[in-house]
Amino acid sequence: MQRVLALYESSLGKKVVVAITGLILYGFVLGHMVGNLKVFTGNDAAGEPHIDIYAHFLRTVGEPLVPYSFLLWIARIILIVALVLHVYTVIVLAKKNHSARKKDYARHSYSQASNTARWMMISGTLLLVFVVFHLAQFTFGTVGGAKFVEGKVYANLYFAFQRWFFAGLYILVMAGLALHVHHGVWSLFQTLGLDNPDRNRTFRLLATASSIGLFIGFAAVPILFYLGLMPLPPATESTQLADGVM
Amino acid sequence: MKLHLRIWRQDDSQSKGHFGEYDLENVREDMSFLEMLDVLNEQLIDSGQEPVAFDSDCREGVCGMCSLVINGKAHGPLAGTTTCQLYMRHYKDGDVITIEPWRSEAFPVIRDLIVDRTAFDRIMQAGGFVTLHSGPKPEPNSIPIEPEVAEQSLDAATCIGCGACVAACPNGSAMLYTAAKISHLGLLPQGQPERYSRVKQMVEQMDKEGFGSCRNYAECEAQCPKEISINFVSQMNRDYLKATLLEPVDRRSKMNAQ
Repeated sequence: MQRVLALYESSLGKKVVVAITGLILYGFVLGHMVGNLKVFTGNDAAGEPHIDIYAHFLRTVGEPLVPYSFLLWIARIILIVALVLHVYTVIVLAKKNHSARKKDYARHSYSQASNTARWMMISGTLLLVFVVFHLAQFTFGTVGGAKFVEGKVYANLYFAFQRWFFAGLYILVMAGLALHVHHGVWSLFQTLGLDNPDRNRTFRLLATASSIGLFIGFAAVPILFYLGLMPLPPATESTQLADGVM
Repeated sequence: MKLHLRIWRQDDSQSKGHFGEYDLENVREDMSFLEMLDVLNEQLIDSGQEPVAFDSDCREGVCGMCSLVINGKAHGPLAGTTTCQLYMRHYKDGDVITIEPWRSEAFPVIRDLIVDRTAFDRIMQAGGFVTLHSGPKPEPNSIPIEPEVAEQSLDAATCIGCGACVAACPNGSAMLYTAAKISHLGLLPQGQPERYSRVKQMVEQMDKEGFGSCRNYAECEAQCPKEISINFVSQMNRDYLKATLLEPVDRRSKMNAQ
């Protein structure tokens, strides 16, 4: 532990923290995207959507060895700590970088710095604000209309994405995620000292493929719901539907 | 050809500085960039003005003295070229050229385009050395080394310490310089005894000097006049992690069986 704290003292150590927390968050978004695909697999024999069953499973997994929601909360705590460390450390490093060149050049000209790399702070800030909004909408149900019912994941998604501004916002933010991942997933391997000319192509390909794959996987949900290509939630009365879309 | 030059003028590290605007005629294509500045300075001296101060020494691209950010690029527009090896044939009549010093808080401006790069010397002093015996000269080929590894070490050793990496980095980071120096010694058998203490000391000194931290833009690699690869940055990260987390602290204590 002492050695980890000593590592964090240095700029290289801080970058390693950003890389490892970034790797954790990357793992989470991959898992989240794959989990979301359950939206497209329909209902079980009893008429309950697979995504609702999956959401329930995330809470009951590990029972009876561990209590209800235990493993979910472990994951949530790891993710919250990772996110806080990621953002805090980036702010500390950004301040250091800012004070390393107080007087900037009159003319800028980049040779090979990619736009995704230069926009990391913008895409990152967008994602941070979005995470708060996204939790408020689909976990706490405090924004996005009166139709929110906890546990009814499919119906909640269905009603939210009937509105163009929610669908549009989610698609836009997923583009931001794609930009962030495009640089971040390669950059973290470089920071951890794992990149070299032998592996460079593979890491860069992984970053690009992740960026495109995550965008398609995530954005498909709001796009298909908004276009009306997804079936109605089970047991929806026409009056409920009218309520839901306002 | 005729040029319009916008050159950073600053009396010393304390003063504010400003751009001076100069028109220069009769610039020949076969002049080097620094010769063009020499001509400007003669013109300034003749008209009773203060000449522009800039660094240069060998003018052969090997000493690392010349600097200058030319139109936003360290050492000008050509890859793998120092300012002294940049020729005016790459410019055309009527061009406006903006010339600025390296901009980094760790490299304070001494005058005009000259900056103080002793921060690099202090990074070297912190660990950029190997311990050799001073006794009888050993047989030159007594230490075997893989030729590819020797070549890689030489690639790192081509660093002339000019500071273009810091100047080019949007974060003002000195990672490429420090990494090149660490790798050029750390790859060789002679550099092994201090390998892990070296990386710790040099990185610590780099942080102390107030350079920024790397965000893997790879801008340094593109603007380095010796085209040093960011592979060395990855290698430094690896060695630094190993040095701080894995290298044993206590090598000699007794251990108990369970």
